[in-house]
Amino acid sequence: MNTETNKQGRYSEVYQLNFGPQHPSTHGVLHMLVEMDGETCIGVDTKIGYLHRGMEKLLESRTYLQGLPYTDRLDYLAGVNNNLPYVLAVEKLLGVEVPARASLLRMLTCEIMRLASYMVGVGIYIMDLGAVSGVFYPFQEREYALDCMSALCGARMTQSYIRYGGVQADINEEFDVAYQKLVAETPRFIEMYHKLVDENEIFLRRTKGIGVISAEDAMDYALTGPNLRASGVDYDLRRDAPYCLYDRFKIEVPVLTAGDCYARYVQRMLEVEKIFQLIKEIYAALKEEPAGEIMAKIPKVLKPAAGEAYAQTENPKGIMGCLVASEGKLNPLRVHFRRPSFDNIAIFEKIMPGHKVADLVSIIASFDIVLGEIDG
Amino acid sequence: MEFINNIFVNIAGLVRWVFNWLLGWLGLPLGLTDVLMTAVYWVAIVVVCVLCALFYVIWERKLAGYIQRRPGPNRLGPNGWLQTIGDAIKLVMKEDIVPDKADKPVHLLAALLAFVPPMLALAAIPFGEGMAALDLKLGVVYVLAVTTLASLPVLLAGYASNNKYSLIGGMRVVNQAISYEVPQAFALLSVIMVAGTFNLTEIVHFQQQHLWLVFVQPLAFVVYIISAVAECNRAPFDLPEGESELTAGVFTEYSGMRYALFYLAEYCNMFVAAGLATTLFLGGFSGPFLPGWLWFILKTFVIMSVFIWVRWTLPRIRADYVLSFCWKILVPLTLLNMLVTGVVLYLI
Repeated sequence: MNTETNKQGRYSEVYQLNFGPQHPSTHGVLHMLVEMDGETCIGVDTKIGYLHRGMEKLLESRTYLQGLPYTDRLDYLAGVNNNLPYVLAVEKLLGVEVPARASLLRMLTCEIMRLASYMVGVGIYIMDLGAVSGVFYPFQEREYALDCMSALCGARMTQSYIRYGGVQADINEEFDVAYQKLVAETPRFIEMYHKLVDENEIFLRRTKGIGVISAEDAMDYALTGPNLRASGVDYDLRRDAPYCLYDRFKIEVPVLTAGDCYARYVQRMLEVEKIFQLIKEIYAALKEEPAGEIMAKIPKVLKPAAGEAYAQTENPKGIMGCLVASEGKLNPLRVHFRRPSFDNIAIFEKIMPGHKVADLVSIIASFDIVLGEIDG
Repeated sequence: MEFINNIFVNIAGLVRWVFNWLLGWLGLPLGLTDVLMTAVYWVAIVVVCVLCALFYVIWERKLAGYIQRRPGPNRLGPNGWLQTIGDAIKLVMKEDIVPDKADKPVHLLAALLAFVPPMLALAAIPFGEGMAALDLKLGVVYVLAVTTLASLPVLLAGYASNNKYSLIGGMRVVNQAISYEVPQAFALLSVIMVAGTFNLTEIVHFQQQHLWLVFVQPLAFVVYIISAVAECNRAPFDLPEGESELTAGVFTEYSGMRYALFYLAEYCNMFVAAGLATTLFLGGFSGPFLPGWLWFILKTFVIMSVFIWVRWTLPRIRADYVLSFCWKILVPLTLLNMLVTGVVLYLI
């Protein structure tokens, strides 16, 4: 233990606080070794790996088909979104052309799960600030989104719905019913949640001006997703480097400039509205699209030609990239994921010092991290 | 009607008569009756404390369930109303775990002391006409003084646990105590200025004759409710516990019976705060038709439900903001309130 003179000239003992891995608001098993002076944080050392399952090695030691369901477990709040980059990369190696209908279905499910993931993000945020009731309303809303997925493919969270060459199943009547429910409830929910949270004086005090990230820092630390856009960088892969059929649609990307915790919350709520719009557009396009194939013709045994392929998608947490290297065998030679939560938390060590211990919780929650993705 | 109104007073009279008769029969000095009656009062207060805690724990969970769109406990007993008893039995049966490096005597003492301040305070609160165990002339001051002690056991717990989270929680208790005490006292002072007495029963009588003080002193009422929430360490002022920040704050190293004691004490503290608010602002035990003690129970129930409602609605305030909020906003407001009250009283 060392003693230092703090700003006011008092002597105080600096101590280390183990924040996590067992802690209710580190979103799982994030471990931060925090240097504390009283209640003020003066240094943070983020430690990860408590949920490491060797995801990339698992994929490398299995055939392509066996490996696919593992990708759901990266960001388990949005399963299909993780299938997509891996599948896209493998399809590049295979040289497969995906049917338009399958692409639309991929986008629809990705947007539905993006909505579900954002619901968890904003819900957990207000819960971590101490208003436990705040989590129940978005979870109800998320339930409608999961019902859609359940009706579509039979699984709620780890769906593995996106397959090499297409998707598992086409939309059915059960899905339509669940989808109508989602469409009916979402605007009501958005309005209610704005009323419930946005103007709350305590919420504003806890979030405004906390954990401010400038646009330069955000880019230097390779932030992606809503966290990047809340800092004033207008970048969204769906619009700027479209994959699937996103170029068919006009993607509106809200951008805020404040870069604090409040901006990150508002950013998510604004994006929820846009996602909802996009879901409706994609669904309409899907209804217009003539019924047809949802799977491309692919061989029974996948043996992509030797080579490398990289694909990236805009996931709820940020840009997810996937590199697949093949040497023409049954299993990939190397799989590597760019996991957005992992890259996002690097900035913690820069923005956290100087904040109170209560603000650390606020900052962690505002990033909406998922430990399954960070530890891989 | 009159009989039901005074039922508890009559029971106390009966018990006193029995004691007198017994002591006379045994040939002991009759002065012992008072000592025995004190013991009876304490037992009654402990029973009230425990009953309140048992009821309000389950009521809080039910109400929280309603606020959060879920059923809440609904399995044990009729519609789940026996859940607290089940939980209490579980907590009592659990192993008594004390951390190796904790300050063991203080660790235990903190849990035991937690129950004392609410019991002391309940003694002075009039549940009905003539139903205060201690009808003190300076009742308000006494209740304020003993409820302040409630932060001491929590501080002891934070210190004795030898855990950094507990220690931060303990520091926050002190931070909170120096924040809410002053506005709370000022808010009550303006009430006393209007009523012209420190005696809790007489304040109720004053309200019976005139009107409820909440209509005369709405600002003082609001300030008192805010500081009462802070006093009970309830959300949005549940900083010492601060679940999402400090895991469980001061209670991190407490489990089993020791935790149960803190838990009971929290609800008893709330009941005291609600009882004081009822007595000072809502006319205490006064009310038409129903017996006085029932009115008191109903009014405290409403205030308790407000506490619960607030807890499950608002996010937690940051520790340093509690201090600035209390000193920069509440203290000037209450001082202004006192000034206006004084001027108006002088003019009338």
